[in-house]
Amino acid sequence: MTARLALTGITKRYGAMLANDGVTLSVQPGEIHALLGENGAGKSTLMKIVYGVVKPDAGEIAWEGTPVVIADPNAARALGVGMVFQHFSLFETLTVAENIALGLGSRQPMAALVAEIRQVAAQYGLAVEAGRQVHHLSVGERQRVEILRCLLARPKLLILDEPTSVLTPQEAEGLFAMLRRLAAEGCSVLYISHKLQEIRALCTAATVLRAGRVVARCDPRQETAESLAEMMMGGALAPASRPAARQVGAPCLSVGGLTLPSQEPFGTTLRDISLELRAGEILGIAGVAGNGQKELLAALSGERRAAADMVRLDGQGIGALGPAARRALGLAFIPEERLGRGAVADFTLAENAMLTRLDDRIAPHGLLDLKAVGALAARLVARFGVRCASIQAQGRSLSGGNMQKFIVGREIDAQPRVLLAAHPTWGVDIGAALAIRQALQDLAAAGCGVLVVSEDLDELLEIADRIAVLSGGRLSLPMPVAEASVEGIGLLMGGAAHAPAA
Amino acid sequence: MRLRLEARQQPSRTMQWASPVLAAVLAALGGGVVFAALGHNPATALATLFLQPLATLDGLAELGLKATPLLLCAIGIAVGVRANVWNIGAEGQLTLGAITGGGIALAFGGDGHWWTLPLMLLAGAAGGAFWAAIPALLRTRFNAHEILTTLMLSYVAVQLLGWLVHGPWIDPEGFNFPQTRMFADDALLPVLLEGARLHAGFLLALLAVPLAWGLLSRTATGFRLRTVGQAPAAARYAGFSADGAVWFSLVLSGALAGLAGVCEAAGPVGQLQPLMSPGYGFAAIIVAFLGRLHPVGILGSSLLMALLYLGGEQLQVTLQLPIAATGTIQGMLLFFLLATDVFIDQRLVWSPRHA
Repeated sequence: MTARLALTGITKRYGAMLANDGVTLSVQPGEIHALLGENGAGKSTLMKIVYGVVKPDAGEIAWEGTPVVIADPNAARALGVGMVFQHFSLFETLTVAENIALGLGSRQPMAALVAEIRQVAAQYGLAVEAGRQVHHLSVGERQRVEILRCLLARPKLLILDEPTSVLTPQEAEGLFAMLRRLAAEGCSVLYISHKLQEIRALCTAATVLRAGRVVARCDPRQETAESLAEMMMGGALAPASRPAARQVGAPCLSVGGLTLPSQEPFGTTLRDISLELRAGEILGIAGVAGNGQKELLAALSGERRAAADMVRLDGQGIGALGPAARRALGLAFIPEERLGRGAVADFTLAENAMLTRLDDRIAPHGLLDLKAVGALAARLVARFGVRCASIQAQGRSLSGGNMQKFIVGREIDAQPRVLLAAHPTWGVDIGAALAIRQALQDLAAAGCGVLVVSEDLDELLEIADRIAVLSGGRLSLPMPVAEASVEGIGLLMGGAAHAPAA
Repeated sequence: MRLRLEARQQPSRTMQWASPVLAAVLAALGGGVVFAALGHNPATALATLFLQPLATLDGLAELGLKATPLLLCAIGIAVGVRANVWNIGAEGQLTLGAITGGGIALAFGGDGHWWTLPLMLLAGAAGGAFWAAIPALLRTRFNAHEILTTLMLSYVAVQLLGWLVHGPWIDPEGFNFPQTRMFADDALLPVLLEGARLHAGFLLALLAVPLAWGLLSRTATGFRLRTVGQAPAAARYAGFSADGAVWFSLVLSGALAGLAGVCEAAGPVGQLQPLMSPGYGFAAIIVAFLGRLHPVGILGSSLLMALLYLGGEQLQVTLQLPIAATGTIQGMLLFFLLATDVFIDQRLVWSPRHA
């Protein structure tokens, strides 16, 4: 059988770094092919080459047996390649059908297009209402719009980049069913993910990349999650140690009746949120992105102010204080975005260390003590294994995982009473993710209250003691992890059942 | 084939400093073309513009004199831009500084004291700071952008000065010329060189260079300002106040511009006239960017801009060229700087047109 897509010896160099080094990969018709690799292994570069965004320095691409040059995404689409990116490109104020029409550049009348959308949506079980405006849609629905847009072009190869990071477990199951149906009809699927369990459940072939090279090809159904992880990492993993039962102390952060109207047109309003975080525990907040995580974190960190009594730290009302004042009282925060928020791209590591540590030791009488700044940055780099040229290296020169280790380290090193962590391992390679989870565990063991907001349910189940679910701006009652089931949490995430707020 | 700009992987740090020099050379070449088109020998004209003013000690003193207001205004503008606050109205703040500082001089008339001059300098700085505080209030309170408000207030300040020197403050013995009395001796800045006009204000401007550098790179306040300017989201996360940065940088740059204004009044002018500055406040914007928003770079670029002012006067005198010739070269300087800067972050590539 001729391969749908065959890459031979694809090489792409960025300066001194080889992003792809002689990559050979073939995808058969009707195959769901996983592309596995840590961050920075070269998956994205390879997919950009296939989609015509990046040109390879060397190597050949054959499409159904014929050598081709894919000059740009239009050429890729003309061949029959569709791609669903991690970040959606939809206009919020247009309807589903209008968005699809724009994406297709189609000239057919809207009524005909709507009929076609309905037909394709029904064929693949994608429940989307063509006439609704995108800003009314959930993230899962938006992804379906993106997929529909690809399907209407009748692709022969569909590329999906980490598609389940925005889905509830139930929505992910729906996506898998749809992909299986698509594959059964002969369409090939290239599936990029770091969630090994779902790759084992979904994919029929896998290519593993490490440092730009293909290191393994396998049938993921025959592998375990551990063996797949070892292929990616090139070594055995030490699992994060989890103490059997942590010593849980008195409540350190308590939120009561927190209601905050959204400030943005498409934001989420927080409704009557109550929670209690105890010293020494890790409380996980699960939920699909866009259900109020950003707003809750802003209200807790102080970027959004509320009434003083709504947020209490060790009994003291801090709801009306700003971030710096809360930090001085022992509240540390690891934000969602690294560059631009948790760190500044154009600042050196030394300057980035100061960002949240600008206290009397670093800046006595408002004058920077450069020696103390350098010592702080060097300590963070050494203690948390941050790989960088020097502490004078710019933030932008670090890989995502290393920057995240630096930020996590900076906040942990402040010895906080309470640590808020937003998606602490998002987009971070497995090695760094393990180190970060271990650091959070250790911090909790030392008596700090840790609140982790994450879309990665597996991660929360691994590290958290209790889990609560945020859906539509409401927070469910937290449940001990031992009593939680993926199905139960998934239902809460979908907003199907509201547990009454505590 | 078509031309396209492509982002560079790593912008060159050398070119970031070389591009102002390159822009100056290109502006000189462009100036040569303009002079040739006007029927002058470009070599003679360029020598008149760039070399003749530097030939004498007196010329060098004049260079420092012209650089003083440019340096003071540009340093304030640069501190603001580093915090992403755009003070376009240094001209107005300079004018108000001249009014408040000059007002003190006029109020004391002949019987001043040793503290008259320091009081004038303080009043000048306060006047400029007050004029810049208005846009700060409008920005933080009503979200009116300072680019518009500072610029518009410049024209208000010039009108205010015009009204004062035509009306209440007019010299009663001045044959109805629109100007005030000459300041008394103790209300004038001491001259640094015997026989030249270079005054102590130049030293104040020089002092501002290390102070601004220290503020930006060695203080917590400077770090907060730079964070607000570089990454507003990071500043919010860290808890650095964006409103605070607006107030601080506008008041500081207003005070420096006001100081520049009172130094002009108590220095070379010695009285108040309808126009206290030939556009120093606006030229300082070019100076700030030409100096890469760095105090030491600004010292160099303010001297270059001062040279353009002096050379422009020479051109008017010796070649009878219009004053617009100077403005043309100033404009080309900024144009070429922006043009060369494009190529620091990006490169030009030819790419085949797709079917």
